[in-house]
Amino acid sequence: MSILTRWEPFRDLRHEMRRMRRFHRAMDRLFGHLGIDLVELPIAAAAYPPVNVWDDDNFVYAEAELPGLKLSDLEITVTAANQLSLKGKRESAAPPKVEWHRQECGFGAFERTVELPIAVDAGKVEARLENGVLAIKMAKSPAAKPHRIPVKAE
Amino acid sequence: MPEPNAIVTKAAAEAATPEATRGGIHYTPCVDIYESAEEVVLRCDMPGVKPPDVDVRFEKGELSLYGKVQPRPTPPQYLTQEYGVGAFYRAFTIGPEIDAAKIAAEYRDGVLTVHLPKQERMKPKRIAVKTG
Repeated sequence: MSILTRWEPFRDLRHEMRRMRRFHRAMDRLFGHLGIDLVELPIAAAAYPPVNVWDDDNFVYAEAELPGLKLSDLEITVTAANQLSLKGKRESAAPPKVEWHRQECGFGAFERTVELPIAVDAGKVEARLENGVLAIKMAKSPAAKPHRIPVKAE
Repeated sequence: MPEPNAIVTKAAAEAATPEATRGGIHYTPCVDIYESAEEVVLRCDMPGVKPPDVDVRFEKGELSLYGKVQPRPTPPQYLTQEYGVGAFYRAFTIGPEIDAAKIAAEYRDGVLTVHLPKQERMKPKRIAVKTG
């Protein structure tokens, strides 16, 4: 154990928010989007890259900001178990012998797996990387799509 | 006037609130700055900005970087939202050792690179040593 502890004033709060969020997700799974409409609080992403996910009737969309990367630097996988994983490496564009003044943008390898809240068809995934923004479009699996239930009139 | 180098992280919890300028909110992008014998290079992440929407200005010793982000189709509700989408702005004071007339910038894959060449007189020179 180190004597010095990094001062992380937001850690507890963040932890608390994550817990709340998990609870919220669990409630969402139980009740769908019915019921309480909580305002989603954006929280610090523990992993890189941060990801936004949303859906419409037929697709689930995921978007991540990955500046400095090309699509060929990225490995995107969607598994049958609804796991979206992003793996890649950002090279430092600086020549080896320079004097650094600021280094805020990270580089190196990263890997992140996100569990999608809605079942998708792993075979129907499109990805685009444009101006450093990765956009992934995944077709919902037929069971997850809303469908119209015919109502017979007697 | 926001403090020029205040850092607003995109992943928002420690939530430095995005600041309002030019009538909208903006994020402070992360930058890498390094120096070689010839120039100072500044690289700035501006994901989601289209090349014509990058605005680099040098005025009264201040270099300002602005990237307008065209609104992307925003869903009525996110399933997961870990970052915000908005314009980028950051400004730096540039010293007299930089040759302002030769500042050049390029934007590729969401990264803005600004080359700030040093004044000729600031570059290191090797002095020939004569032997007696």
